[in-house]
Amino acid sequence: MSKVKVARKSTRIDMTAMSDVTVLLLTFFMLTSTFVKKEPITVKTPGSVSEIKIPETNILQILIDPKGKVFMSLDKQADMVNALESVGKEYGITFSPEEIQKFKVLKTFGVPIKNMKQFLSMKAEEQDKILLNYGIPNDSTDNQFKVWIKNARINNRDLRIAIKADQSTPYKVIKNVMNSLQDLNENRYNLITSLKNQSSAKKIKQ
Amino acid sequence: MAEIQSKEGSGKKKKGGSKQKKISVHVDFTPMVDMNMLLITFFMLCTSLSKPQTMEISMPTNKETTEEQQTKVKASEAITVLLTGGDSIFYYEGQPNYKDYTSLKLTSYGPDGLRAYLLKRNIDVVDKINELKKKKEDLMISENDYRDEVSKLKNSKGTPTVVIKATDSANYKNLIDALDEMSICNIGKYAIVKIDKADNFLINNRESKGAYSTKFAN
Repeated sequence: MSKVKVARKSTRIDMTAMSDVTVLLLTFFMLTSTFVKKEPITVKTPGSVSEIKIPETNILQILIDPKGKVFMSLDKQADMVNALESVGKEYGITFSPEEIQKFKVLKTFGVPIKNMKQFLSMKAEEQDKILLNYGIPNDSTDNQFKVWIKNARINNRDLRIAIKADQSTPYKVIKNVMNSLQDLNENRYNLITSLKNQSSAKKIKQ
Repeated sequence: MAEIQSKEGSGKKKKGGSKQKKISVHVDFTPMVDMNMLLITFFMLCTSLSKPQTMEISMPTNKETTEEQQTKVKASEAITVLLTGGDSIFYYEGQPNYKDYTSLKLTSYGPDGLRAYLLKRNIDVVDKINELKKKKEDLMISENDYRDEVSKLKNSKGTPTVVIKATDSANYKNLIDALDEMSICNIGKYAIVKIDKADNFLINNRESKGAYSTKFAN
């Protein structure tokens, strides 16, 4: 017990200001960003000077990887269910409510219809792995891609088709997809691009 | 802010001459900051700030059209752009000339390539649009009027019509770049058309410097 009293200084730092800053940042991030959609393949979209933003709802996204595999995603679960049921009907496959439930929550799908039942019975992690090996068949002999698009469109006329392809995708693959769309009389669609820096575009001679 | 001076209750500190006991209620914000930081990290990792851009295109229908329905493009207005592999790009004006390989010109995606050529061809429209843009910036015309005028100008008679044909060896980026040039050069009439044998012949002919056409002629 010492008699010398050491003056105790409070080492507390006022965190209020810090808290203010973080809340502000958090609000900013919450308001400006959109959630990244899980995609089976990473696609690097080509840059473009187009400044039109893609609408948020009623999008039928066609994802094309550099090797030519085609995947699809719909933003509304009701559309997913309808599309699956009508495509199943076309191929004479009926899906159980459990399978439909599992299909509904998929972010992206792209397996041949004959493998669909097997695919839906898998666990989510296995699905992610195996999805890479598949892709919706899109050739002249077995064009399931066309069937999917057709049925998705029948169920929701307001759907907008958006093609998202990697910049190194050969034109042959794109042509295939475009031809399928043309066969269905879908002549207006969007090509998803990322923003290119404007400096090069502004070099137009005045 | 987080400090509340309460005048009631049992305080520890005694101040000056006041007999009332004061309590300072410090609220510790550290856990709050921790939580916020965590949330920020989560949002930064799981979201993307930039929304993807899109390019709206409309393709020609596949339906068989009769001769009368097809709008014939004047040869003087037509430009055919051929996209090939290796980021090279060819174009020819009007009707293809199968005999002369130099009619097919090689150009590039850069600002001095296709863009310079198309701007030269479309100079009237580009000038008028630039004028309009200036007017819009000076608030002389409204946004809607501007848009109407621009689309009218783009589709007016005498403006070049560009036909884009891509070979199988071209890639998606080439196609987007070519479409981009159309919007930069204010070309209103363009179409993506399937490549045919004649176009492949032209490219081969050009690459072999005319040897192809002499071979076929013999």
